[in-house]
Amino acid sequence: MSDTTPISTQPTPTAPNPLQLFIAFSLISVSGFGGVLYWSRRMMVDERKWMTAEEFNEAYALCNFLPGPNIVNFSVVFGRQVGGTAGALVALLGLLGPPFVIVTLLGLIYAYYGDIAALQRVLAGVAAAAAGLTISTGLKMAAPLLRQRPGFAHGVAMAAFLAVGLLSWPIYWVLGVLIPCSIALAWRMRR
Amino acid sequence: MNSPIGTLLTLAGYFALLSLFAIGGANAALPEMHRLAVEVMNWMSDRQFADMYAIAQVTPGPNVIVVTLIGYHVAGLPGALVATLAMCGPTCIFAFFIGQVWDRFKDAPWRMVIQAALVPVSIGLIGASAAVIARAAAQSWVAVAVTVVTALVTYTIRVNPLWIFAGAALLGLGGLI
Repeated sequence: MSDTTPISTQPTPTAPNPLQLFIAFSLISVSGFGGVLYWSRRMMVDERKWMTAEEFNEAYALCNFLPGPNIVNFSVVFGRQVGGTAGALVALLGLLGPPFVIVTLLGLIYAYYGDIAALQRVLAGVAAAAAGLTISTGLKMAAPLLRQRPGFAHGVAMAAFLAVGLLSWPIYWVLGVLIPCSIALAWRMRR
Repeated sequence: MNSPIGTLLTLAGYFALLSLFAIGGANAALPEMHRLAVEVMNWMSDRQFADMYAIAQVTPGPNVIVVTLIGYHVAGLPGALVATLAMCGPTCIFAFFIGQVWDRFKDAPWRMVIQAALVPVSIGLIGASAAVIARAAAQSWVAVAVTVVTALVTYTIRVNPLWIFAGAALLGLGGLI
């Protein structure tokens, strides 16, 4: 390319073949404890150079916009970009296949031995720690919001927390009311 | 509940619908999974739900995998497959098609408005998940202490959560929880 090429100095991403795609998403999946996002960025942008950082951010913004499991959506979006329908399927299988097998085996073990006292005690410990991890993830997500001046977003987050977390109301009714309200408020606040 | 096919259809319809309300990822839908599996359908006890969440957390891979465990618990391998496909299918189809037109509307004002509206919803839902899981896991005062200490440690310092899980497992094995 010419010398006048703008700042984007990252090499042009190369497209992976289906096998590479499957292996990459399998690796992302099995390395990702609690944070598959970190591993997917590292794999896609830093190691394999299949996407630029900007492309990754854009794909990720899309996956945040969509409901459902974010990283699962990401595998479909990226797989389709590089390999069409087959690419999307292969990436999805790579991401979900290994953990599906592992967790089903663990579920099998749990079904047989879940009543053994020692295993129950171990799981009680891990469950307590997993709950703590979820609390800190929630706090980290909420931190940027807490730093802002109180506004509609605080009310919306608090309402979702109270209704779903403390009152155990069905999520369908809560979000059916809350999301339209939140959109209306966000629309009024837009600059 | 009555027939195996009926159970699979319940799992499929339920998780397919729920996936569309999982604003902010699979964990955002955890309170609703708990409500259905424990309170409405009586598929499992509070403790079993907390166990499954714990098993899913120590399994590498996306958070959505807790759905596989619930499906397996309810209806064996077919249940695991159906629940996983139902939870991932609808939004994957969205992702597939919206991914093609995303460039056209990613900078549109209404897109930013919707995103600004959904972020606080997802924050509230993750907080709700934390509350539900913390209650389900609170089987003793020591368990509550482990939850609080884990939350404080993982919030303040960067540490691989596997070490904390291992420590908590040992505490549990030692009969302290």
